[in-house]
Amino acid sequence: MFATKSIADDLAGAAPIKGRSLWADARQRFFRNRAAVAGLIVLMLVTAFALIGPFIAPWNNEDIDWNVLGNIIEAGRPSLESGHWFGTDPVGRDLFARTVQGTQISLLVGIVGALISVVVGTLYGAIAGYFGGRIDNVMMRIVDVLMSIPYMFVLILLLVVFGRSLLMLFIGIGLISWLDMARIARGQTLTLKGKAYIEAAVATGVRPFTIILRHIIPNLLGVVIVYATLLVPSMIIYESFISFLGLGVQEPLTSWGALINDGASEMNNGTLWMLLVPLFFFVITLFGFFFVGDGLRDALDPKDR
Amino acid sequence: MSAPLLEVQDVSVTFDVARQGSWPWTPPHALQAVKQASIMLEPGQTLGLVGESGSGKSTLARAIVGTVPISTGQVLWRGEDVVGLSAAHQRARGRHVQMVFQDPLDALNPRMTVGQIVAEPLLTHFPDLSKEDIRAKVGGMMERVGLLPALINRYPHEFSGGQCQRIGIARALITGPELLICDEPVSALDVSVQAQVVNLLQDLQRDMGLALLFIAHDLSVVRHISHRIAVMYLGRIVETAAAPELIANPRHPYTKALIASVPIPSPKAERQRHRPVLEGELPSPMAPPSGCVFRTRCPIARASCAETMPAVAVLENDHFVACPYHSEGETPS
Repeated sequence: MFATKSIADDLAGAAPIKGRSLWADARQRFFRNRAAVAGLIVLMLVTAFALIGPFIAPWNNEDIDWNVLGNIIEAGRPSLESGHWFGTDPVGRDLFARTVQGTQISLLVGIVGALISVVVGTLYGAIAGYFGGRIDNVMMRIVDVLMSIPYMFVLILLLVVFGRSLLMLFIGIGLISWLDMARIARGQTLTLKGKAYIEAAVATGVRPFTIILRHIIPNLLGVVIVYATLLVPSMIIYESFISFLGLGVQEPLTSWGALINDGASEMNNGTLWMLLVPLFFFVITLFGFFFVGDGLRDALDPKDR
Repeated sequence: MSAPLLEVQDVSVTFDVARQGSWPWTPPHALQAVKQASIMLEPGQTLGLVGESGSGKSTLARAIVGTVPISTGQVLWRGEDVVGLSAAHQRARGRHVQMVFQDPLDALNPRMTVGQIVAEPLLTHFPDLSKEDIRAKVGGMMERVGLLPALINRYPHEFSGGQCQRIGIARALITGPELLICDEPVSALDVSVQAQVVNLLQDLQRDMGLALLFIAHDLSVVRHISHRIAVMYLGRIVETAAAPELIANPRHPYTKALIASVPIPSPKAERQRHRPVLEGELPSPMAPPSGCVFRTRCPIARASCAETMPAVAVLENDHFVACPYHSEGETPS
């Protein structure tokens, strides 16, 4: 019966064998996906640009270069000599420094929005799905009601009534971003609830909230992470759209959307770099997030491919 | 003898099944999964519970564990009723009653290591234990069920079905329970592995003085491990007796058919045997037949069977049978 016992005694002193978790498997699959790794590298470069850009920019993002001001088409174009590597904006501020600032704000908005949705949405959905019945009904109807409100209208109203500030933008985006996540988490929880290991935990006497944190959330996380990486770009798009309407972050702060808006209004004046530079960062970041999201999805549930 | 370890008295379990496409406020269908089932289990004994799929075996087990609410009836644990207990008391009882599941891989959280899985009941019931104590206990228990303690950091997907079932057994036994409920623990395994797991359970039962409630649809496995056997049909227990008595001298027509359906591993004897084959299907538990639920398929059914639920007759040798015509032959009158 216990033929393994002698071997067990031999091994007792040795270090336990390290198992390969599903996360380790997924990491390996992810790094074998070239498009996803390329996306990740692009994202890391953009993040590095946002973080170390302020230290290498020759101009401050608030200073106006008076030498350029009257003659932006000629003197304000991108050049290495003047130190305006990406050119200047219509009022003579350095576009490199402005883009660095816009990248910081846009990434912050995207990541904060996604974080709120991950934390609030996942917990909310897991609780609704796990307890089920009346609690589930009430909680999900609340989500339905919030979803039926035209969020863009509410967001604009918030910004108009309470003034345009970064905090208001975060609140507005935080209010809506977790709704979809809550639905996804609830749906996944319903399928997990039927698993025997949940029943084993219930039968053992584990508390409901411990079960949610120990058994349900870790198994939800794959789906949640994939959805969150795809949510970051959509948050960035929301913010850009709001800024494009002129309601987003307020000067002297800026974001990709605001920069693109500024550039677009100058499109006919022959200063196309003002549009193309922020647009380039916007587009490569979105592609980066989409590729990483796709890669994560393929890596985390290999059966669904 | 003092009060038995577990006594289940007239337990019924009813599920609500929502009607398709109905309004939320229309009353749902009632599905009677278990009706007035009574079983008794002494310490260290094994009770086999057999019946075809959908007969309510697993539901009865879950009602005893407490993961399914009981509609009526009593579950006495050492003479104490546990049905109305508070949630905290119910949880505390989890230390003494543990469960082993049918699908071994489904019963293990894929994101946890074997060590974490086996340690979970310990963490729940003995939160003061130190890390080293837990590690030592988990290692010891893994060795006990025939797994290398060095595999403690492995994940369930790295194990075979039989090994996963051993992990499940280790998790169930780590708190030293008195009753282990095995819900078809071997039906998802290969025959050779089945024998290993059944023998492991028997060894553990002998060493730890466990009582087992062993659920299966395979009568030959149940006969091998059980002291007593209860037969279920459509939510009702139709016959209970000591294992050799039930096999040798079945009284209920359903038990007779069930025993006759066990194949004999000898083609010649198999061909010569007379086999009363049951006709028809298991009726829907949402609309069970009136009176005796087995009457629609019973070879000795008569008109009076449709009127009242048959009373349980007590025969010699602790043999219980829920059929008033059990002593008659197969020829209907």
